[in-house]
Amino acid sequence: MTAQEKGGLAAIVRNNEADILAEWIREQSAGQKRKDPIQEVEARRVSKEFLSASVEAMNSGASVEGREWDRVREILSELSASRAAQGFSPSETAKFVFSLKQPVFSRLRNELESSPKAFAEQTWLATVMIDQLGLFTMEAYQKSREGVIQRQQRELLELSTPVVQLWDDILALPLIGTLDSGRTQVVMESLLEKIVETGASIAIIDITGVPTVDTLVAQHLMKTVAAARLMGADCIISGIRPQIAQTIVHLGVDLSAVTTKASLGDAFAIALKRTGLKVTREGE
Amino acid sequence: MERIPILRMGPFLLVTIQVDMHDQLALTLQDDLTQRIVREKARGVLMDISALDVVDSFIGRMISNIAAMSRVLDARTVVVGMQPAVAITLVELGLDLKGVSTALNVEKGMTLLQAAA
Repeated sequence: MTAQEKGGLAAIVRNNEADILAEWIREQSAGQKRKDPIQEVEARRVSKEFLSASVEAMNSGASVEGREWDRVREILSELSASRAAQGFSPSETAKFVFSLKQPVFSRLRNELESSPKAFAEQTWLATVMIDQLGLFTMEAYQKSREGVIQRQQRELLELSTPVVQLWDDILALPLIGTLDSGRTQVVMESLLEKIVETGASIAIIDITGVPTVDTLVAQHLMKTVAAARLMGADCIISGIRPQIAQTIVHLGVDLSAVTTKASLGDAFAIALKRTGLKVTREGE
Repeated sequence: MERIPILRMGPFLLVTIQVDMHDQLALTLQDDLTQRIVREKARGVLMDISALDVVDSFIGRMISNIAAMSRVLDARTVVVGMQPAVAITLVELGLDLKGVSTALNVEKGMTLLQAAA
């Protein structure tokens, strides 16, 4: 007996749609820690829509991957995305689909009491279907979470690489956080763009905010310095903390090709000197 | 045959690369430039590569070589107008044009040459 025949899963769910919906919603809200009237209304709406779309899809007899289930999958994707954004936990999100099992199974049991074989068959069909939908929900949830993480990473990258103009010919690049190859690329690009834009001849790279300098970070720094030099700008590296100076020497990193200064102030002073500028106290 | 023009400005030679640099063109430029430096007794060479937006390792090395050759002939070389993307590519290729002066634009490059002369 297939799901579409009379007495099959699709028919039973269709005939008992209202009952299943009511029980399902009860099931969903059971054990929920936070009770929010707005969310409950929303959950009721989504559940109703999901159930009617599922009934329609089940009638077509297609498997869950089929095109007939597009609408159901769409509802699930939207639900997962909005729940991921609202900070629902994975199990809370998965519960939406899995709590459908109990109401459906109990209806099946009532309807197919006389035929244990049919009951087992239809239960199996229902389990497979709900499991697949559950897996799909989790995938969608995971995807939107990953989307959030990726977006944050991108934003962080942009936020953390400002290039500021200190004086006519002088740029400063305060680096904060670890330098990996991806960030170096962004840092390098924004520095070079700014050099072209402002015509600066000196760039101060301040590494006060860089927690550790290992050989890789040093190499990235040297690359940035070399690229800036190719554009006709000299680099000064400033903000080298005592521990970092020690590490650099212990690692045998050669920074002799670059001017290094302990503080941003010192670097700025030497940059002013090189551009032929002088800061004097008034009245002197 | 396609050639890159070499202009004379007082004691300096001005090379402006306005077309896509290909290997043969680079080799011709290398020949032409060295001959001109000797013939005109040039004191400096200004190479403007602002129109160059793609480089490969060969072209990168040619730029570096041309600059080194001019230096051997006692003409100071300044490479000017490098695009950010080109600079990043050259650094990634490990070519940092050691010993070659660089400037952001022709004006700054000229100042640099005049200061040295």
